[in-house]
Amino acid sequence: MQQSNKEVRKVIGHLKFSLFSPEMIRKLAVAKITVPDTYDDDGYPIDGGLVDLRLGVVDPGLRCKTCGGTVKNCPGHFGLIELVRPIVHVEFAKHLLYILKNTCYSCHKVLKKIDKKEDKEVKKEEIEQIDGVITPGEAILSPELSPEAAESPKPTINAADAVETLSKKRTSKKTTKVCSLCGAEVPEIKLLKPTTFMKDKDMLLPNDVRDWLAAITDHDLRELGFDPVYARPEWMIVTALPTPPVNVRPSITLETGERSEDDLTHKLVDVIRINQKLEANINAGAPQLIIEDLWELLQYHVTTYFDNETANIPPARHRSGRPLKTLAQRLKGKEGRFRYNLSGKRVNFSARTVISPDPRIRLDEVGVPERIAHELTIPLHVTEWNIDHCKSLIKAESYPRAVYIIRPDLRRLKVGDTDEVRNEQAENLKVGSTIERQLINGDIVLFNRQPSLHRISMMAHEVKVFPGRTFRLNPVTVSPYNADFDGDEMNLHVMQTEESQAEARYLAKVEKQLLSPRHGHAIIKPQEDHVSGLYFLTLDGSVFTKDEVSSMFYLIGRTELPKPDVAGGLYSGKLLFSTLLPDDTNLKVISKLGDEIVIKNGKLIKGAIESKAMEGELLEKMFVNHGPEFTREFIDSATVLALESVSLHGLSVSLKDYTVSPKGAVKINEIIDKMNREIDNLIMQYKNKSLERSPGMTLKETLEGLIVEITTKTRIDVGKIVESDLGRDNPSVIMAKIGARGSMLNAIQMSALVAQQTVRSKRITRGFKRRILPYFKEGALTGAEKGFVYSSFQKGLTPYEFMHHSMGGREALVNTAIRTARSGYMQRRLINALQDLVVYGDMSVRNADMSVVQFIYGGDGQDPMYSSTVEAVEGTKQDDIDTA
Amino acid sequence: MKSKKETVQVPPFEAVGVIAAQSIGEPGTQMTMRTFHYAGVAEHVPTGLPRLIEIVDAKKEPKKAIIDIYLKSAYSRSRTEAEKVAKEISSVFVSDVATVEDDLEKLLIHIAYDEKDAKPQGITFNMLKKAMEQFSENPKIDGTTITINPAKEKTKETKTKTKTKKDKEDKKSKFTAKQVRRLTSKIRGAIVRGVPGVFKAVVIKGDEYFIRAGGFNIIGALEHPAVDPKRIYTNNIQELERVYGIEAARNSIVRETKDVLDMQGLYVDIRHIMLISDAMTYCGKIKSIGRHGLSGEKVGVLGRAAFEETIKHLINACAFAEEEKLIGVTENIIVGQTVPVGTGKIKLVMKTKKK
Repeated sequence: MQQSNKEVRKVIGHLKFSLFSPEMIRKLAVAKITVPDTYDDDGYPIDGGLVDLRLGVVDPGLRCKTCGGTVKNCPGHFGLIELVRPIVHVEFAKHLLYILKNTCYSCHKVLKKIDKKEDKEVKKEEIEQIDGVITPGEAILSPELSPEAAESPKPTINAADAVETLSKKRTSKKTTKVCSLCGAEVPEIKLLKPTTFMKDKDMLLPNDVRDWLAAITDHDLRELGFDPVYARPEWMIVTALPTPPVNVRPSITLETGERSEDDLTHKLVDVIRINQKLEANINAGAPQLIIEDLWELLQYHVTTYFDNETANIPPARHRSGRPLKTLAQRLKGKEGRFRYNLSGKRVNFSARTVISPDPRIRLDEVGVPERIAHELTIPLHVTEWNIDHCKSLIKAESYPRAVYIIRPDLRRLKVGDTDEVRNEQAENLKVGSTIERQLINGDIVLFNRQPSLHRISMMAHEVKVFPGRTFRLNPVTVSPYNADFDGDEMNLHVMQTEESQAEARYLAKVEKQLLSPRHGHAIIKPQEDHVSGLYFLTLDGSVFTKDEVSSMFYLIGRTELPKPDVAGGLYSGKLLFSTLLPDDTNLKVISKLGDEIVIKNGKLIKGAIESKAMEGELLEKMFVNHGPEFTREFIDSATVLALESVSLHGLSVSLKDYTVSPKGAVKINEIIDKMNREIDNLIMQYKNKSLERSPGMTLKETLEGLIVEITTKTRIDVGKIVESDLGRDNPSVIMAKIGARGSMLNAIQMSALVAQQTVRSKRITRGFKRRILPYFKEGALTGAEKGFVYSSFQKGLTPYEFMHHSMGGREALVNTAIRTARSGYMQRRLINALQDLVVYGDMSVRNADMSVVQFIYGGDGQDPMYSSTVEAVEGTKQDDIDTA
Repeated sequence: MKSKKETVQVPPFEAVGVIAAQSIGEPGTQMTMRTFHYAGVAEHVPTGLPRLIEIVDAKKEPKKAIIDIYLKSAYSRSRTEAEKVAKEISSVFVSDVATVEDDLEKLLIHIAYDEKDAKPQGITFNMLKKAMEQFSENPKIDGTTITINPAKEKTKETKTKTKTKKDKEDKKSKFTAKQVRRLTSKIRGAIVRGVPGVFKAVVIKGDEYFIRAGGFNIIGALEHPAVDPKRIYTNNIQELERVYGIEAARNSIVRETKDVLDMQGLYVDIRHIMLISDAMTYCGKIKSIGRHGLSGEKVGVLGRAAFEETIKHLINACAFAEEEKLIGVTENIIVGQTVPVGTGKIKLVMKTKKK
């Protein structure tokens, strides 16, 4: 590693939160802001105005009067508005209430509760404190007290919680109390939200509050849970209001040349204006009433400056009527500073485009369009071993070439356009420089599709540069990303350090993620046509000519053909499949079709491969026994063979494939007739009350339950007829049975009947009074009238059947919409609560504060990714783990 | 080359928490919102996503509580024995065995014993009479009808109610029609027999006969001598914690979560579920996953602020001069540093020799 002239890397150890004292604010301020305006008529910043040049600059060309920097390098500086009367900071009103309620009005000492009733409550609270189990982390991380505070009393209750509960209490019972220290009567202090304090029936003005707070000793403050070194409560009353630097609230120039100020600037203008008016009135000796009105107005403006969504006060509005976005709104919520800019950051070296499938690239590759490969770069550190290579990259006229050179002095040079410049730059290249070269085949990149619900939503792929404009993706990798090719877009990130590239290659590479960490089963596996293809390939009697086998083997990179095993120089599909298997593969499973599949010593002896055998037994065991790379190669080869054989075999469906024979149709009609008779019978019993009521249900519910049972049974019976009628050679049936695509239900609905439609897992009931549609009679109960669809999709639905089907379909749509929102929020909460949990070297699971959550992860320290194949490895059983 | 045993172990510093959260959260999108019907006991019992959210929220009471009462071997073998116990446990309300009507003119309440309904449940008139004692010290009895005159009674109900402000307005009649109405509905809901909060008990045959009922009153049910205290179960996790302690709660979170996922046909490794339930319970009480539980009590100010209630956490941090030690994941992301999980936890630098 080239460490030579890199700047020293600083690491933030910890941050301390505290309050600014007014003195500190005054010290920090570079300018006193006194003019409630921004620019003069010439468009130049007014001195003492809100965009005073001492606060920093936002316009190019101007220089900061404090640091002399330009827009680029001036960090901005705080200014100051000196408020003529103190103002309560809204957000701290609760804290102030807590202090005022717990200190004496006259002697400013902490009130000791002497009242008998109260005393009991305190004791109870204390006992709860002692008995309550202390969170392991609490002991270590309780707010640390400054050294001189060590001997002072620790607060008996959690002050932050006390603040919260106190502010939520509506009105406390009036209890006349007396201060145990000075004997003065304790007045009742109330907070009229948001910012007004009341002492009994009188208003407590902010300056009175401030004087009261200032008189509380450090010792007493510590007892209340505060740390007077960092946060004295009187600082929660604003006397000096800091104005943020201009680059925090930049004004934007519209196309018309008009300037438009930031919301914060607008709010500060309001504050200064009222502040000045208040000052003028005080100086002019205006009546107390007017002064108090203006004071309250100033309080309003300062309050909305901090939080424009404060309860019980109208939000300040922009001229257009839109509520202003003030400080709290900037930080809060999904689009706020924290979640939008701090927890999630924008990145360079990334690309996004539409994805399309390419079954001929390896599954760990990603096809990258040339235009993207030209744009994205990877830094290459120049060493004595690769300097020649680097020079050739700089000299190169076209792709792949170096785009930038970063010299050892960290100067960044663009690689020249002409040969002369480039040659000179190449000659001057020194060891210790870095060049940035374009993306080439074999580079490792991170590939991602949102929503990133699990870790396999982001995997490392190898780059393969292609013409075109889309990312190419092997279709077997769609399932971890949950992608399809109907216009989905995906993101690609190029890692910029060797360390991150190595981590990606060894930990995040696609082939390492074949098994899902959720359940340990294969998640990257042959799908759809691959499954059909493998089935046709390995079907009994499936043979291939030498030509066919040669082209297949060419595609998977094999140069040697096995010996023909079928008379006439033909190759059986089973033999071809067996060539992919390692010799130690042994397998015996009953397939989904009910046949036996036998693999002995790497030879497929019996049965045709379908999804169950493929993923469950073959892939997962292969992954554990032969490693990720081998398995990846197997999947790649197997899918290519599968696709070739499905192409040779042909797989398509026609209308005919869903037409039931007349004989079958008769049988189906018989079943339906029987169902209708049974339903009619039940309805009759229901109507003359001879139906026996099931326990815990009403008669109506009993009837509905029985009818639903009958309709389900009908569907199953019809299904059996359809299945035998269409036959096992029917492509749709094959696909459903081997787990390639679709289910028998799809075939049944297309060829025989769509069957019962439900809303909230019941027969449809809504619509008109006692009927679904005016087409039916009131109180209708028969199948058709309650959503049973007798038609098949092939035949077409009657208008009312269409209606019923749509009602069922609507429910499904609404449910998915609601579900995604709800489960998204649940997952956010889960991740947030558990993100700090890590397994340590001793197998214990600990939280960020090192508190132990589990002593041995999962009770056995096993990686869930291998949990389903674990028996194959160690002979341990899942049941051994203590779950009860 | 790693041995197979090593392969199968979790790698050190693996972010198992995130993986567990993802493993539970990701299938959430595939879950249905359907409710479940426990034969006779309760309808619309949430399953799938709503139930999962309920578990994770550590709700005080599930939307539909179910209690499974297993019986001691003497009772669990025969259906009739089990049914007898079920009858004794299942609460019978006054309205089930009598018609309760109020006479608002005379301000009286009539409770008429309904033999047709009461007989099959084994409720006699005397049992009803006894149940009425809490409302009236000496009710008027006329055949099978009990009449209560609330004005004459000095039960707690009347004492407290007469003191309210509204009554001061019409001092003439101490008892308003409204109060009679209220008392009537209270009488209707009174229990004649059975365990309060356990209702609609049904006997179910599994390996043995057991009782499934609505409600969750474990302590009440345990008072019945036939009930096996070692096997009683309810889907109310908080109640299990109250009665059997935190370990029981932990196991029931695992069981409930697994049941929900199994019912949806989703397979999630038990270790993920165990980790989540351990995280919810390791401090000795049940903490919810969310702003009032685990997330709200995290050590890092920035981490809490980035989750929910941003302003509240920042303000409190300032007021109480909190320190941010940057030991969590979000906190480090916010300041732009390496995250302390996985390879980010390893601080290994290879020294390069200088020539």
